[in-house]
Amino acid sequence: MERLLNFVYNYRAFFTFLLLEFFCAWLIVANNQYQSTKYFNTSNRLIAQINATSQGIREYFSLRDINEVLAQENTMLRTKLVQQEQALYLYNLNKVRDSALFRQYDYVSAKVINNTTKYYKNFITIDRGADAGLQVGMAVISSLGAVGKVKSVNDHYAVIISLLNIENQVSGLIKRTGHFGTIQWDGTNPSIINLKYIPRHVNPTVGDSIVTSGYNAVFPAGVFIGRIKEFKLKEEALFYDIKVELSQDFGKLSFVEIIKNKTMKERNLLEQTTIGEQK
Amino acid sequence: MTRTGILQFVSFFIYVLVQALLLKNIVLFNTGFCFLYVAFVLLLPIETSALILMAAGFIMGFTIDIFYDSLGLHALSMVCIAYVRNYWLGIITPQGGYDAGAFPNVNTQGLQWFLVYTMPLVFIHHLTLFLVEAAGSLFWYSMLKTINSMLFTMTVIVLLQYLVPQRSRA
Repeated sequence: MERLLNFVYNYRAFFTFLLLEFFCAWLIVANNQYQSTKYFNTSNRLIAQINATSQGIREYFSLRDINEVLAQENTMLRTKLVQQEQALYLYNLNKVRDSALFRQYDYVSAKVINNTTKYYKNFITIDRGADAGLQVGMAVISSLGAVGKVKSVNDHYAVIISLLNIENQVSGLIKRTGHFGTIQWDGTNPSIINLKYIPRHVNPTVGDSIVTSGYNAVFPAGVFIGRIKEFKLKEEALFYDIKVELSQDFGKLSFVEIIKNKTMKERNLLEQTTIGEQK
Repeated sequence: MTRTGILQFVSFFIYVLVQALLLKNIVLFNTGFCFLYVAFVLLLPIETSALILMAAGFIMGFTIDIFYDSLGLHALSMVCIAYVRNYWLGIITPQGGYDAGAFPNVNTQGLQWFLVYTMPLVFIHHLTLFLVEAAGSLFWYSMLKTINSMLFTMTVIVLLQYLVPQRSRA
């Protein structure tokens, strides 16, 4: 026994080393798997405030760009609204029957206070949290396209898993042909994202729009993601390699909208009870 | 607490703030990162024991992790080089050994020795960091990131050796 203790004591540095490294490895795995680690990230109040100050200074340099994008979005929305009203009037559908479906999606706008694009696992911190009704798993979009989903929520801040995160998968659809695949980033170029699992018989073309499919309850169907930049079909490969140019420049992200899906719980419950628990 | 201890304590916060507010935003060519906070562990006095080094490395890494939303990642790489550091110092001992209480910096040991000392450790730190973050995939791209970031970090560390007055002994 004494020998053993002596042995441990003599190699105490090595054992501490092993202990600390195992602890760190556990932290990394836990942080990837569970969505509940919420104190030791940028949604922590103190850290978020520091970041908000720093972002406030940075923002002055991009005010012009932000204004332009917002103005464009306003015009787009106004046009859409008019079109919609005309269509509704035409078919006499002004009275909506199911109030739950009428406001199925609710939007909360938030400011980005921390954002990275250059790592393999990128996260975005925003200045809205549980007090604005945010919950883990909600979809986040910007005026130009899909952004990510909420990973953890504190009282006033939340952390979002960016689309530019090699672990984030989103169901995407080629709008023209209607075939769906999985959107996943490969970790290299922050303006390009991959569309995987599009089978051989499909004929994509450069410039095709890619939108979210709505097959998982996170994103509503039809949120724009980007356009096909190039695609390859290797000999013997089952699926295309498709590179999609993102419509949102993640480096310039400044305002985002969080989508509250009121029927998400209902849908998840239904799918889980019939199909079984899914990841 | 001794004067050196207080100075190290203050420098800890300076490293964290500079890293989180300034260097985090600076990325060269999409692949060159500057992880200056590594210097905190590298520049502790030569005689610092491995246990203290690892504790310091862990706390520093963990704090940086909070800002980078990457719990455990920077801490793992920091503990790794904190453990290796003293063995490496032992291997590259100059003739006549180190002076008592000396700091491993350009002033006391010269630029050539300093580069030999820091370069491999910074390399190990960055390589662990990028490989663990990619979870084993993307090896060559991680290698590119490692080398670019190492050049960037090394440049800043060496420049600071000349710009900020360095003490030669405790």
